[in-house]
Amino acid sequence: MTLEFTEAEEAFRLEAREWLAAHNPGRLPSMDTAEGAAAHREWERTLASGRWSVVTWPEAYGGRDASLTEWVIFEEEYYLAGAPTRISQNGISLLAPIIFGHGTEAQKERYLRDMTDGTLVWAQAWSEPEAGSDLASLRATATQVEGGWRLNGQKTWSSRAPFADRGFGLFRSDPSAERHRGLTYFLFPLDADGVTVRPIDQLDGTPGFAEIFFDDVFVPDDDVLGGVGDGWKVAMSTAGNERGLSLRSPGRFCAAADRLLDLWQADPQPHLRDQVVDAWIGAEAYRLYTWGTVTHVEAGGSVGAEGSINKLWWSDLDLSLHETALSLLGADAELAGRWVDDYLFSLSGPIYAGTNQIQRNIVAERVLGLPRGGR
Amino acid sequence: MRFGRTPEQHAFSEALDDLLGAADVPAASRAWATGDHSAGLKLWQRLAELGVTGLLVSEEDGGLSASAVDLTVAFERLGYHGVPGPWIESVAVAPRLLPGTPDAELLARLASGEALVSVAPGTRALDADVAERTYALGATLRRAEPGAERTSVDPTRRLFEVTAGEEIATIDPAPALDFGTLACSAQLLGAGLRLLDDSVAYVKQRTQFGRPIGEFQAVKHLLADVRVALDFAAPLVHNAAVELDAEAPTAARAVSAAKVATGDAAYLASRTALQVHGAIGYTREFDLSLWILKVRALVGAWGTPAEHRARILESLVEAR
Repeated sequence: MTLEFTEAEEAFRLEAREWLAAHNPGRLPSMDTAEGAAAHREWERTLASGRWSVVTWPEAYGGRDASLTEWVIFEEEYYLAGAPTRISQNGISLLAPIIFGHGTEAQKERYLRDMTDGTLVWAQAWSEPEAGSDLASLRATATQVEGGWRLNGQKTWSSRAPFADRGFGLFRSDPSAERHRGLTYFLFPLDADGVTVRPIDQLDGTPGFAEIFFDDVFVPDDDVLGGVGDGWKVAMSTAGNERGLSLRSPGRFCAAADRLLDLWQADPQPHLRDQVVDAWIGAEAYRLYTWGTVTHVEAGGSVGAEGSINKLWWSDLDLSLHETALSLLGADAELAGRWVDDYLFSLSGPIYAGTNQIQRNIVAERVLGLPRGGR
Repeated sequence: MRFGRTPEQHAFSEALDDLLGAADVPAASRAWATGDHSAGLKLWQRLAELGVTGLLVSEEDGGLSASAVDLTVAFERLGYHGVPGPWIESVAVAPRLLPGTPDAELLARLASGEALVSVAPGTRALDADVAERTYALGATLRRAEPGAERTSVDPTRRLFEVTAGEEIATIDPAPALDFGTLACSAQLLGAGLRLLDDSVAYVKQRTQFGRPIGEFQAVKHLLADVRVALDFAAPLVHNAAVELDAEAPTAARAVSAAKVATGDAAYLASRTALQVHGAIGYTREFDLSLWILKVRALVGAWGTPAEHRARILESLVEAR
């Protein structure tokens, strides 16, 4: 480690490391099962009790007012410790920044605290049967009624929805407006009258996906997030988070590359040597790229379309790293276990948060400046 | 925490771009390939005035005592503009080899750009015909005599077999080799960036089926992948320089990672550039060929990808 950190940052790292060493429960059952969801909520409670669940948030909301640098340090330590993936990720990294930026004071009071300790787990409800990466073609509707709105239609591929408490998503509130306009961002309870959640087993066999059907579901005006008709603008500020810094910590890939080295050392197969080394180089490049991004952001810069570059890298890295592990395992690669679980998860990377084809279009058009149009 | 270039380093990079962008570097390269060094040496002198040749030479010897990070800033731009000559040998390697040897008197003239030297990390030395002195670098440092010329895939790289002669110092060659490898990585990164820039410009103006080919998704996706590969190779180069400056125990591994990643990224950039340019890219008359051929040569120079991957794995296993 030659990146230089301040004494305060090193102290923060040490505090995180020690706390994690004392409290980390290790691997929990998949959060996309009832038993796993309960265990993960419990872990969120423990994290919150140590004030480690939302380190960058203001202290008033259970955070530590940590800098971006400290946050990445925490994430490095978190994954090095082998701590569980976070069931509250959707809420904390996708919804909370929007509530902080666009929410009313009442919404902040109502939702933020309960998000920090696993009391309130959120499901993202963006995709629809005919709208995946093409979010602007959403069809689920919101109709204004006295005191609020009636939601109708269907969402799908909603991760965590079978075990979550509430959802957030976009609905078409003005059918006569253009594709990107007339969308409004709503927060809604998953156990409300008229809501039907139908779990769908994922490729890994867990029931983590769900379809959500809305049949005249009433949502009060208080649960409109941002302005009526501003849903697209509001949602795009989270799409950047999902593809960029917040979702995939480098520590996760560094830890996986480390486990891959264990596997290699146990059975060093010469024809796989280059792939093992490339996985390590890929994780190292990702770690360093992230520190470059942190430096840029802390100096007042922003992450725009570059978030798509980031997403392409980690999703391809995740997949190739796990494919290499399965190659090393040989015939045993088909046996259920951690490598197979993580491999199956890595298969979803190039699909969710906007497919990698869409990301390449974004990089080409917004970073390289190539002309739009023509598919 | 801060991980990135300083405003001074950005300004240095821009100054190099201003100078090299205004010079006709491709013409100098083509002349250099035929053994006519005049335009290339003029360029050498002008870059010396900007301090490039003295970056790693100590201030006592008239150099700048600059950092390895500064070195990568310069070599990235040399690669971007395709500048010919024994730059790695004279600017990145010799200043790490000669202090304390009987040839230390050369350092001041290296810094001022008056002297060029070549160093053979293996059996061949680049541009030994224009070098005042040629060295063979093994477990000891020896002066060397250039012999038969060998033809490189990149005609601007004039290679000569060397015969090692008088030993002038017993040294550990590794640190100097690491500086050469780092400079080569930065050059590869710069060449890759140039290939991408030229490809982007070309696909915006080249039309087929009534549209610029840059509108086609297949073309967009190829170029997006090049952008991704280069963007993730760059921090490895920066980190390797930071680690060399700090004499970190993992510096050699960091240098190897930078070399593998920049070689892969620049090679992808060259293959993609050729593909999107079509037949014009396959000609020698079109300047793109200068970078396509240089990248192929540099991928194997200063340690092959296989050698560097082996070094990385060895270091990772040792550290456990």
